[in-house]
Amino acid sequence: MITAERKPIQEIMEYLKPYSRILLVGCNECVTVCAAGGRKEVGLLSSALQMACMQEGKVLDVKEMTLERQCDPEYVEELVGTINQVEAVLSMACGCGVQEVARRFKEKPVFPAVNTKFMGASERQGVWAERCQGCGDCVLGLTGGVCPIARCSKRLLNGPCGGSSRGKCEINPEIDCAWQLIWDRLKALGLEKRYEDIAPAKDWRPSRDGGPRRIIREDLAS
Amino acid sequence: MKTESALEKVLAAGHLAVTSECGPPRGALPDKIKEKAEMLRGYVDAINVTDNQTAVVRMSSFAACLIIKQIGLYPILQMVTRDRNRLAMQSDIIGAYAHGINTMLCLTGDHPCFGDHPMAVNVYDLDSIQFIQMVKTMRDEGRFQGGDEIQNPPKMFIGAAANPFGDPFELRVARLAKKVKAGADFIQTQCIYDLERFEKWMEGVRERGLHEKVAILAGVTPFKSAGMAKYMKNKVPGMSVPDEMIKRMAGVPKEKQAEEGITLCVETIQRLKEVKGVRGFHIMAIEWEQKVPEIVERAGLYPRPSV
Repeated sequence: MITAERKPIQEIMEYLKPYSRILLVGCNECVTVCAAGGRKEVGLLSSALQMACMQEGKVLDVKEMTLERQCDPEYVEELVGTINQVEAVLSMACGCGVQEVARRFKEKPVFPAVNTKFMGASERQGVWAERCQGCGDCVLGLTGGVCPIARCSKRLLNGPCGGSSRGKCEINPEIDCAWQLIWDRLKALGLEKRYEDIAPAKDWRPSRDGGPRRIIREDLAS
Repeated sequence: MKTESALEKVLAAGHLAVTSECGPPRGALPDKIKEKAEMLRGYVDAINVTDNQTAVVRMSSFAACLIIKQIGLYPILQMVTRDRNRLAMQSDIIGAYAHGINTMLCLTGDHPCFGDHPMAVNVYDLDSIQFIQMVKTMRDEGRFQGGDEIQNPPKMFIGAAANPFGDPFELRVARLAKKVKAGADFIQTQCIYDLERFEKWMEGVRERGLHEKVAILAGVTPFKSAGMAKYMKNKVPGMSVPDEMIKRMAGVPKEKQAEEGITLCVETIQRLKEVKGVRGFHIMAIEWEQKVPEIVERAGLYPRPSV
C-alpha cells in the first residue's frame, strides 16, 4: 500500500489561514489502512482544526467526506455539489488523490494534510516499512523475494557493503541489512550459487529516471 | 602490462607494494595536499586520494590527484558512486586519464547520512561491482558503459576495496570473487586488526585461487590512542578490533600510546607479510601522514623499488 503520515497541525493551519469554510476529504484506500487519512482520521483532524481555530478566535466550518478512492475520477466526481459550498479543500489522501481533486476542480485551492511516504507493508500493529520503489523492472525473482533497491540504503545490486553488521544496516541499527535478508533467503532456497552472478548496471529508464511514467493498456483504454 | 600504472609495475616485478592515502583539504588549499603528499615521497609507490570520504565535502579527488601528479608522485584516484551517475563518472575518468592519472579505486562510498550534507540526494546509479565492470569495459573494449566507442580509451589499473570483517562473513570471499570477475586488478582491504579473521578470510581466498587473479594489499591503520582503538571497535560498522589490542593500548601511559600504536601497526604488517597471498600494504594513517615513513622503515619495506 501507499503509506502516509499526517502533517503537523501548525503547517495545516498555515495553509488554511485565509479560509473559513473548507472541505476535508479522506480516502478509503491505502491511507485508511495505514491510519493516516481514512474516515476516522478525517473526524479527528476536523475536530482538532476547529478547536485550534477557536483558540485563535476564528470559526472554521469543516465539511467532511471520505471517498472510496481519491485517485479515481469516478469517485472524485462525488465532490460536485459540496465543493461549491467551500473556499478550499484539504485532502487526507496520498499525493495521487490530492492531485486528482486539484485536476478536477481547477478553481478550488487544494491542500495536502498528509505527507505521502512510501510503498510498504505492515510489519506489526502500527509499524509500516518500505518494500518497493516502483523501479519498473522487478528484480525480486533474482533476489529471493527481498528488494535491494527499496531496502538496501545504497540500493546495491551485487551484495552487502562493508557496513553490514550482525544483520543490520550501518546507517541505522533498526534497519535490517537487505543483503543479509537476501542471503538468508537464497540459502533457505538452496540458491547460494546465484549470489555470484553479477547483476549488470541497471537500466533506470523504467524507473522515475526515464521521466514521469504512464501505463497504457490498449485492451482497456477508451 | 595492462596500463602504465606505477603500482602495476611494482606488483608485476614481484615486490610487496606500499600505498598510503591523503585526504584532500576542505578548501582551495593546494599547498596542503602537496605538504601531505611530500611526507610520503620515497616511502610509498602510490597515494590514494579519497573522494569526499565519510560523505564530507572536500577538494575533489581528481583535482587533488592532479596536484600530486604535478609534483612527480603517483596518485590513485578514488571515486565513489554515491555522488555521481555513470555520465559524470566516465567523464571524470577520461579527464583524469587525459592528465596522466592511470590508477583508480572504485568504491560505493559511505552513505550521506554520515557526512556534512545528510540532506543530499544519494545517487548510487551503479554499485562498486558494476563500476569496476564499467572501467574495465572502457579500458579493454574501448567502449562507454552505454556502448559507444571511446577515442583513446582510458587505461586504468583498477582497484577495489574488500572488507573481510563485514557480515555475513560467509559472503565475504564470494564478494571478492565478484569483484575479481568484474575486473579488479588490485584490492585494498579494510583496516586489519583482527588477524585471525583476516587469515581465515585469506584461506578462503586462496582456496579459490583468487590471490593469483588479484593483488591483495592489506590495509592497516595505526591507533593514535586507546580512545581511537575503542572508537574503531564500537562506533565503526564492519570493523573488528580484538580486546587484547585495546588492552595493550590502554596499558601504556597516555603520552606513550601514539608510539605503541605505531609499534602495533608495524607488528601487524610483519605478521601479515607471512600470510600467503598478501601482495602489499595500504597504510591509512588518518591525518597522521607524517608517521608513514617510520612505519614503512620499521616494517622493512624501505627503500621502495624504482620501476
